[in-house]
Amino acid sequence: MKFVKLSHVAVAVALAGAAGLAFAAGGDLGQTEKQATNWTAIVMFAIFVGATLWITKWAASRTKTAADFYTAGGGITGFQNGLAIAGDYMSAASFLGISGLVFGSGFDGLIFSTGWLVGWPLITFLMAERLRNLGKFTFADVASYRFAQGPVRSFAATGTLVVVAFYLIAQMVGAGQLIKVLFGLDYIYAVVLVGCLMLFYVLFGGMTATTWVQIIKAVMLLAGATFMALAVLFHFGFSPETMFAKAVEVHSKGDAIMGPGALITDPISAVSVGLTLMCGTAGLPHILMRFFTVPNAKEARKSVAWATTWIGYFYILTFIIGFGAIVLLIENPSAYYVDGDIAKGLVGGGNMAAVHLANAVGGNMFLGFISAVAFATILAVVAGLTLSGASAVSHDLYASVWRHGNVDSATELRVSRITTVALGVIAVLLGIIFEKQNVAFMVMLAFSIACSANFPVLFMSVLWKNCTTRGAVAGGTIGLILSSALTVVSPGVWEVALGNPKGSAWFPYSSPALFSMTAAFLVIWIVSILDNSEQAKKERALFADQLIRSETGVGAAAASSH
Amino acid sequence: MSQEIYARIRENPKFQAFTSKRNRFSIIMLVIMLIVYYGYILLIAFDKELLAAKLGSGVTSIGIPMGLGVILITIILTWIYVRRANSEFDTEAEAIIKESQQ
Repeated sequence: MKFVKLSHVAVAVALAGAAGLAFAAGGDLGQTEKQATNWTAIVMFAIFVGATLWITKWAASRTKTAADFYTAGGGITGFQNGLAIAGDYMSAASFLGISGLVFGSGFDGLIFSTGWLVGWPLITFLMAERLRNLGKFTFADVASYRFAQGPVRSFAATGTLVVVAFYLIAQMVGAGQLIKVLFGLDYIYAVVLVGCLMLFYVLFGGMTATTWVQIIKAVMLLAGATFMALAVLFHFGFSPETMFAKAVEVHSKGDAIMGPGALITDPISAVSVGLTLMCGTAGLPHILMRFFTVPNAKEARKSVAWATTWIGYFYILTFIIGFGAIVLLIENPSAYYVDGDIAKGLVGGGNMAAVHLANAVGGNMFLGFISAVAFATILAVVAGLTLSGASAVSHDLYASVWRHGNVDSATELRVSRITTVALGVIAVLLGIIFEKQNVAFMVMLAFSIACSANFPVLFMSVLWKNCTTRGAVAGGTIGLILSSALTVVSPGVWEVALGNPKGSAWFPYSSPALFSMTAAFLVIWIVSILDNSEQAKKERALFADQLIRSETGVGAAAASSH
Repeated sequence: MSQEIYARIRENPKFQAFTSKRNRFSIIMLVIMLIVYYGYILLIAFDKELLAAKLGSGVTSIGIPMGLGVILITIILTWIYVRRANSEFDTEAEAIIKESQQ
């Protein structure tokens, strides 16, 4: 199978010395060109689809109420949920992008991946069990627990839908680009295929099917990556020093790959990006929703501990895979480099390092397997996102805001399914509209909004007694607007994606979080302490009971019987 | 019934002691995590040579075990918190709930 060079590769951005921009590029696979049809990969993927459809059939028989649809009836164990969370988080872009970054720049790839991990301890220490104890189906349940339902839920649903939309665009475009290069099929097939399969999982199997699709994909991805890392280590007699020495010898950058490169330049961008990844993770609606699928706080904590373990392990693997690719691919330049010329770069671009390495260590069958896993990964993430968006519309906007909670489970379930179909159609349309666009910044934008809008509201409503409806809505809205606006006028979007001249970006840093999240917290605080309405007094009085429930779990929503 | 239990828990001095103990633990763990991660990132931002320095006589730089160390510390801190919360803290919480139900 042959690859042609990617035109916008995440790694190329990093190599160009565009500093923190490489952070943003991790969520994107760039433009690709169609390759020869890879039947092994297609058959492997078909097997995955067959297995997941069979699971969906089983899940459908268990999806009878709205609770089943949103949270799999609360019957997922901590270990299973941990794998599913890891599945939600380990996207195709992080697998191919991080190993590609290690392949291109060495140590920088490791710096990059640690950033994506540090949000998990924050969730563990402060959020996981409180989410489980206060919430039922969505994070808006938690944020609006003692507040006026209308405004807070409307805000939270908006935050959810905006984050989901940007994340979805990145995934759909990534799927389209990936199918061209991995399967040798047209872009449009990927977009329609992902749209249809995802609809099938979510529509019929709800959270049960979505969770199991995530678990299967996570296990396949971890197993595949483990095999590759072991094969690499075996090649070097299990001596990392030998591997590094050989990599330094053959890499065009030489010894520079062992130290920090262009990824981190100014400290403000570094801290701001760190904050985005840390607090953004704790504000992603599709991740937060996973905490309601377990029966109690104990299992919620276990889920996050397992998720952290698997994700951290995965990042260590991608580091080994990247270094292995540096050494092993160069041994056979005619197979993996454009025209067999190392100076021209990898066939298919730097993000294809892991895919080529799969071929180098496991032959064509294993290449097919890794390609199928990479594509399955996108499919599973899209299913999780859609479910989360659908629940924001049906549970928060329809059932709670519009019908004031006077709606039976069957009607709510019907609305969720209608919304799911609508979101599926929207996702496919977005995938088609954005085909030719540079969507590298969209995952980072989703994280920025999650961190500046969703996270502050969630955090303050749960942990700060004096927070009020007005404060939460005002602060969250400011965070939402500021993070979106500053992202657009940052160099990564204004100059790279929108093509304005270099140096014209109004906001100099690569991430807005340091400013937009701080602003959100400040506004929540100021508006809340100035709020002396009757409603505000009531809300503060309700904090004592909220605290007891969030700390002890008394009165928490129980798992439905299965 | 729930309201009565809430009222009793609220008045139970053990509940106050319990939450402040657990919150203290959470915050200590979080601060350790923040120091480890931001210390690492700021070290890179301010002193790249230090991380590129060699470990012994080989090519492996100090930055690599440090980076892998941050990942491992993240995982370990998470498990330390979860183990203590799932055993000691949960037992205390259950005892407080039980008292309030009598």
